[in-house]
Amino acid sequence: MSILCAALMLYGFFSGLYLAPADYQQGDGFRIIYIHVPTAFLSLAIYAFIALNSIIFLIWQIKLADILAKESAIIGALYTFIALISGSLWGKPMWGTWWIWDARLTSELILLFLYLGYIGLRSAIPEERRSGKAGAILAIVGMMDIPIIHFSVEWWSTLHQGPTLAKFAKPSIANEMLYPLLAMILAFALFYVVILLFRLRIEILKRNFHTQWLQQWLGPKLRGPE
Amino acid sequence: MNSIQKRRLTFVIILSICSALAFFLVLLALKQNVNLFFTPTQLLQERVKTNQRIRIGGVVKKGSIVRTEGLKIRFVVTDLKAETVVYYTGILPDLFKEGQGVVAQGFLSDHTVFMADEILAKHDENYMPPEVANSLKK
Repeated sequence: MSILCAALMLYGFFSGLYLAPADYQQGDGFRIIYIHVPTAFLSLAIYAFIALNSIIFLIWQIKLADILAKESAIIGALYTFIALISGSLWGKPMWGTWWIWDARLTSELILLFLYLGYIGLRSAIPEERRSGKAGAILAIVGMMDIPIIHFSVEWWSTLHQGPTLAKFAKPSIANEMLYPLLAMILAFALFYVVILLFRLRIEILKRNFHTQWLQQWLGPKLRGPE
Repeated sequence: MNSIQKRRLTFVIILSICSALAFFLVLLALKQNVNLFFTPTQLLQERVKTNQRIRIGGVVKKGSIVRTEGLKIRFVVTDLKAETVVYYTGILPDLFKEGQGVVAQGFLSDHTVFMADEILAKHDENYMPPEVANSLKK
């Protein structure tokens, strides 16, 4: 899966930066879309995934759901941050400003704070069960920001443009620009899954450190050569 | 699902409803302020004070851009129903063009005349190569 992810990302970068034609208005500046859209889209998707896992954890107390939520947060926060920064870099030459308190930008910034608040809350409570519960409640309350971010450009007048892909109509982007974008979205999603699985493995090992099976399995390795 | 899980499910549902309600009320309270700009039609309908710093937005009317001396410029912002004349002095963003969306910040001097001190270009959601755009125009 890591290989597939790397291949897709290479294809996405190559075709996005080289093969895709320049935009009729923005010239080459539009190419930042290949970073901005995947990270922004995934920042929403990852948050929804955290909220879903939080609900599962609250109701059925499945530990795995809690670990998935906890380990997703840092990647989600990173994607949100990249989306904000790349958008800002694009906004300066295209709109004429780095930042504007427009509904889309502000709600995305709130999402970043939700992620950071979630991470902070989780690490402030050392006991895993209580930390999981508190985090889950925060994640569910914050879930309401997701539809607001998505529909902000339709409900209100904003500087940010309307959706290009996420609508029930033909995407308003030429095909040769669209395919690299889809590849990049998939690549960023796979990158998230790969990192999540690594973190998941470490976290499970950490939480079960004192169990017998792990001690037996680790036993010879921990002692090392004598 | 046993009774404890049912109780927790009820808790999650109530929590979601409460937070949805809270967000809804906040948005309702902010209803007017969330909009980034006024449209020319809104300027005519609503009482906007002339000494207030506001933003207006719309499309730059085709053929309305008049460049006077230096960096001074005058153009018409329209939402196809009403129009506002905008005066501005300064550097314009790359995407500022006739027929494109624009957001201007400044003061209203009259209900149809606006003195801008900042111009932002509003981009649309369409992406295409220049050749396609050219052939669409023909």
